[in-house]
Amino acid sequence: MRFAVLVKANKDSEAGVLPSREMLEKMGKFNEQLIKDGVMLAGEGLQASSKGVRLRFDGGRTTVIDGPFAETKELIAGFWIVQGKSKEEIVERFTHVPFDRGEVIEIRQIFEAEDFGENLPPEIREQEQRLRSR
Amino acid sequence: MTDDPHATIAAIWRIESPKLIARLSRMVRDVGRAEDLAQDAFVAALAQWPDEGIPRNPGAWLMTTAKRRAIDQIRRDETLQRKSEQFAYDLASNGVQTDIGATYDDIGDDMLRLMFLACHPVVSKDAHVALTLKLVGGLTTAEIARAFLVSEPTIAQRIVRAKRTLAEARIPFDVPAGVERMARLSSILETIYLIFNEGYAATSGDDVLRPELVEDALRLGRMLAALMPNESDVHGLVALMEIQASRMRARVGPSGEPILLLDQDRSKWNRLLIQRGLAALAQAETLAVTSGPYALQAAIAACHARATTPEKTDWIRIAALYDALAQLSPSPVVELNRAVAIGMAYGPQAGLDLVDELLDEPTLQTYHLLPSVRADLLSKLGRAAEARVEFERAASLARNTRDRALLLERASRLAASR
Repeated sequence: MRFAVLVKANKDSEAGVLPSREMLEKMGKFNEQLIKDGVMLAGEGLQASSKGVRLRFDGGRTTVIDGPFAETKELIAGFWIVQGKSKEEIVERFTHVPFDRGEVIEIRQIFEAEDFGENLPPEIREQEQRLRSR
Repeated sequence: MTDDPHATIAAIWRIESPKLIARLSRMVRDVGRAEDLAQDAFVAALAQWPDEGIPRNPGAWLMTTAKRRAIDQIRRDETLQRKSEQFAYDLASNGVQTDIGATYDDIGDDMLRLMFLACHPVVSKDAHVALTLKLVGGLTTAEIARAFLVSEPTIAQRIVRAKRTLAEARIPFDVPAGVERMARLSSILETIYLIFNEGYAATSGDDVLRPELVEDALRLGRMLAALMPNESDVHGLVALMEIQASRMRARVGPSGEPILLLDQDRSKWNRLLIQRGLAALAQAETLAVTSGPYALQAAIAACHARATTPEKTDWIRIAALYDALAQLSPSPVVELNRAVAIGMAYGPQAGLDLVDELLDEPTLQTYHLLPSVRADLLSKLGRAAEARVEFERAASLARNTRDRALLLERASRLAASR
């Protein structure tokens, strides 16, 4: 199973405050362990939403909204993509992430191929079968 | 913590047990005993943690508990009296207490030793797989049994016997040097790739894919790459597995049937895994003057990964890579794949000529892909009747029910189009 571990934004991340040297070192060590254990697929930090853009889709009309966005706690400041045997494993691994200043992370499972198998709408299934019998 | 402490403890076992076993194996010089000690520590945790709460550093707690037990055992063991004094001294100077916080510094060396031990040639290849998954991967016996569709006692037996063999042969707990190192490393790589293939191209049973095994193999490969960052072949294997695994979602249709590479919906290929695979391949190629067999296969897989449509596949390069592979590790299966590539690069007749040279190859007599490839080339040459016979023969040889169904379908399609 794969999981996205989302780091929620806070005042600092939105203000573009860079992590301290100490934090970077600790985070480096934490990530190194994830790599050594073979579970880390990707991990990135995101710049403040003031540099971001939103697209909103409404009845054929697309609105482009420039950042920053107000609801800080709903925003994402970074993410990991990790592989694990269970949600509990990922929870356990990330209880040791070097955060201690009110940061919030959210762990979400990524859809895998087998999650779709039974639920594919029949028309898409047919389309796939047509594609394959070409 | 999550609601269920037992699920959390099971997760901790999965994360911590390989490191515990690795470190304890170095202490007591017996992997079976190390595993027992780790398990004892885990049992103690199960008794204590649900009431008292899970410690802040569970790995350190487990390690300390296991080390204390190890010392007790060694002290009790009369015949090892002398050694015990040495161990007790070592442990005292390392400091069991001060371990907390820095439990796993330099654990890497022990993990690597554990990997080499699990794939030692005194035990069988089946045992390599079971030991590696259990000791290095942290899987339970039940999980391994389920993945390989064998009974739990069978796997348990296999592991017990292998551990006994290792103990009796007094296999040292170290990383071999020189010529032996390369031979032993290829045995580790082979084991990991065997696990991968059992998940990626299940040889028996009803499912084409067992994604759990693919993930286990990938994880083991990445672990090994972190432990041996300068070994080209390790990165080559990781590259091969990452790129092959990137096609997982595209490889099986909605009702579980296999989809051939060239028919796959490439938008379903996992770009992240492709990117990881290409990076690992670049690493492998940088580290070696000439690519090893895994890196060559990865380079072939990379040709497919880079092609945005099947028509854009660089078959000439693939054929050349198969040439190199055939020289490096000649095998009838590689020859068969080379024939496919030549057929794509230089026309079906060129491919068929090569395939026909393989018809008497004894090792391919029961291999369903030989008639299947031949059928494909024949049908491209417009020889439908011959192609149908070959597809049917291939179906009769296929061991996987899904593969069989696909081959029969291709046979009947040819019959219909006539």
